[in-house]
Parts: sequence; C-alpha cells; structure tokens
Amino acid sequence: MGVTSMIRALGHGTGDMVESLGRLAVFTGHILRVTLRPPLRLREFVDELFKVGVLSILIICISGLAVGMVLGLQGYNTLVRFGAEGSLGAVVGLSLIRELGPVLTALLTTGRAGSAVTAEIGTMKATEQLDGLRMMAVDPIDYVVRPKAWAMICVMPLLSALFIVTAIFGGYLVGVGLMGIDGGTYMSSLENAVDFGNDVAGSILKAVIFGVLVGLIATYQGFAAAPTSAGVSAATTSTVVIASVSVLIFDYFITALWGV
Amino acid sequence: MTAAPVNPEASQHSHDHVRLEHVEMAYNGRPVLRDLTCRFPRGRISVVLGGSGSGKSTILKLIGGLIHARDGAVYVGERDIGRLSERALYEVRRELGMMFQNGALLDSLSVFDNLAFPLREHTRLSRDEIERQVHERLQAVGLEDVDDLLPRELSGGMVKRVALARALIQSPRVLLVDEPFSGLDPLSTKLIEALLVRINRKYGMTMIVVSHHIPSTLRMADHVVLLLPGGPVQGSPEQLLASADPRVRRFLTEDTDASEDVLAHAEEFEAGEHRPLLEQRRGRKRP
Repeated sequence: MGVTSMIRALGHGTGDMVESLGRLAVFTGHILRVTLRPPLRLREFVDELFKVGVLSILIICISGLAVGMVLGLQGYNTLVRFGAEGSLGAVVGLSLIRELGPVLTALLTTGRAGSAVTAEIGTMKATEQLDGLRMMAVDPIDYVVRPKAWAMICVMPLLSALFIVTAIFGGYLVGVGLMGIDGGTYMSSLENAVDFGNDVAGSILKAVIFGVLVGLIATYQGFAAAPTSAGVSAATTSTVVIASVSVLIFDYFITALWGV
Repeated sequence: MTAAPVNPEASQHSHDHVRLEHVEMAYNGRPVLRDLTCRFPRGRISVVLGGSGSGKSTILKLIGGLIHARDGAVYVGERDIGRLSERALYEVRRELGMMFQNGALLDSLSVFDNLAFPLREHTRLSRDEIERQVHERLQAVGLEDVDDLLPRELSGGMVKRVALARALIQSPRVLLVDEPFSGLDPLSTKLIEALLVRINRKYGMTMIVVSHHIPSTLRMADHVVLLLPGGPVQGSPEQLLASADPRVRRFLTEDTDASEDVLAHAEEFEAGEHRPLLEQRRGRKRP
C-alpha cells in the first residue's frame, strides 16, 4: 500500500469516526430531549430493569464470587511473604471497590445485556417494527431506546455493588475458610481501609459513567444497525468491542483525573 | 418523468389526496425513482404495480415520510411531506395508517396490545372503549379469539390481517398497504383482497396498495399506477387493459397469464386434480 493510499484510508477512517461521534451526539441529545417529555413510560422502564438487571444477577454473583476467591488466594500468597496477611480484607475490598467491581461489572453487563439490547433494537429495525412505530406517530427513541438506556444507567451501580459484595464474600471464604485468617481481622481491616466518601462514592460514580457508556453504545449500535441479519450481528459485535474498550479507557481517565 | 395517463382527463388533480411530483429517489447512488409524477384519488383504492426493484414500496415510505426524496415533492393533502420537521411529520402520520409487508407487529406485545397500542398512546379512551374498538377492528378483518396470541404464534395470513386491523385502529384518512398478498395462498389472497375492498367501502378512506399480484389488482383497484422501465402509466384498470401501449400490454398480459396459471394450478392442487399428472410422471398407475 502506497503512502497516498494510507493517508487516504486514514482520512476516511477519521472522517467516519467523527461522523459516528456526531451521530452519537445527536442520538444522545434526542434521548435527553424525550426524557424530559411525558409520558414517563414507567412500565417499559421496569420491564427493562428486569431484563438488564434481574436477569444479570446470576452471572454477576458467580463472577463476583470467582473473582473474590482468586483475589483472596493471590492476595494471601503475596501478603504472607511480608507477614501482612491480616490486611487481606483491605486489599480485597479496596481493589474491588475502587477498580475491579465497576469495571468487571460493566464488562459482564456489556456482554450479557448490552449485546441483547443491540440485538433487540437491531432486529426491530430489520423487521420494520421501528418504522411501524413511526407510522403510528410514536417516536422509537422515546418508546424503545429511552427505557433501555436509563435502565442500563440505573442498574449498573446496583450490579456493581452486588458484584463487590459477593467478591468480598469470596475473598472471605478463601482467606478465612481456607487459609485460616481470623474472620474479625479480615472484616476490620476492610472496614478500616475503606472510606465511604472517597472509595464507595467514587465506585458508584464510575459505575454510573460506565452505565451511561454501555447504555448509549448498545442502543445506538442497534439503532444504526443495517436492517439485515448480518447487520444486526455486526452491530452486536461492535457493541461488545466498543463498549468494553470504552469502559477500560474511561476507567483510566476517571482514575487519573478524579483519583477514584 | 410524468406518468402518462391513459385518459388525459384523468389527470385532474382536484380530487387527489396524495400526489408525487417529479420525485427522484436513489439508494446508495442507485436510482430507484426518476422524475416520478403520479396521483392517488381521494377515497379510492389505488394500486401501484411494477416489477421487483421498480420502487413500489419506496413510494409508500416516501408518503409516510420514512424516507425523503432526493428531489421533487410528496403531497399528502396540501402538505409537502419532505418539508416537514420530524415532529410535524408525526402529526401527519396520525392521519395515515400503514400495513407493512411482514406486518411489523411489535413482537413483545400480544395481538390485543398491538392494536390497543396506538389508542393508548394518542387518546384518553377508557379501557372499555379501547377494548370495544380493538374487537371491532379485529372483527372487521375476520379475526376472533386472538387477543392473547403473540405475533410469532400467528400464521402469515393472520399476521397480515392483524397488521391491517392495527393500521385501521386510528381511522386513518389514508391507508398505505405494502404487498398485502405476498407469501399468501390463493384463498388467503382472495380473503385479504375482499377485506381491503370492504374496508375501503365501509370507511371511505384513500387506499394506496403496492402489489405485484395483477389479478387481484385488476379486480379491486379504482386507479392503477404502473411503474414501467420507460416511465409510469396510470389510469383505471379498464383503461390499462384497453391501452395500446405495448409496454402496458406486455406487462399485464404476461403477468396476468402467469398469475392465472399459478392460480389454476393451485386450485387443481387443492382439488386433488394434480394426482394423475404426478403419478404419470412417476410412472405409476392410479389406485
């Protein structure tokens, strides 16, 4: 490939990316505009809370437990070298609350619920259901997208909290049950290390931001999908890839800028 | 290009409900409609005929404002759809009903909820009144006891009828119908055809039907717009059948013959008259 072709490809790629960001901004503006407009669509919102949140509980609990147990094991093996195994609760708790809880929850939710949201909206587009709504004088962004996006935003901190709690319990099982650390020591080191205003509030903030990211990306990808089975499939894949990478990049910037 | 009226007097626009004027439309640079001008009379059944890819469904989407023409104007009444904002379009769409080719029913809602949906969205009708109207429309399309069924539990013909009932639920002034006969057996085709005619007579709405099923078209249409490669032709079915235009004659004759042939075979099949032929082909004797 010649230099000219490379520059041209780079230009096209940049142009497409800027165009996509512009469309995403318009899409976000549209969601915000319809959010302030009645009806509130509480029933659809609760349905989405169930689909995005309740149906993700099992995978969040299992993953949280597994991550907590691994953290407990690795943490113990590392800390015991310095004779600091009594700090296992603090290590497990802080790493989960400040970092792993929100990030892993966002990644898991993207894979389970984000892809489902994209596939559902994309399929509605491919089967002309979105056009059907328009012809019934109903804005599909209001009826279909808004409840899903807001459900994702509301559910993410709750799932993150659930993940953290089960993971701390997993760490407790390994540290106290298997390795013989005193249970009181584990819990008190955790309690002393974690600051609510800094660590817990920061964790919730991260989870909310990740919820916004995943909710917007998943709904936008579905809405912009080509109306074919291949198009829906590609959009679903894009959701997982783009949302996962965005979560990791935003995680760095949130941590660097706000220290949470 | 302007549609050539078979009868020039028929080009008077005073009673036209929907008009397309010099419409240009392309998908990804591929032209679909070129300088199309045609009209759809108020209160009548107009059928848009044409081969695959001739832009029939595109015309319905243009009228509904789902897509916008590259050039030209689409009028519903006196309003140019292409110049309206999305919010203003929603107001116009309250006067339109559309039956999509594959139904486009909301697959997470039951049949009842699909029909009740527009009423719940746009009216303050009581629950009893909504129920009454939904059942009235379902009866109008010949369906009963389907309230709780989901769209995936319906046959192709039932989906079309539910979609038709939903399109009628807000008593639209213009009903857009996309390929109502596609994928249907001959009996269901005739049923839908009869339904469309009955609904038009009962509610008096302007009906624009896109189809490639010529026998049904010739039976039900008051006005036909025929999209042909050399430009569209429009007029009454009788005028089209009497047309000396070789393009019209070729399109109607070939397709009519083909359709009648298919229908005849289908009727033979239903009557069991195909059996001797099949057995003859298999080299067996009839029991």
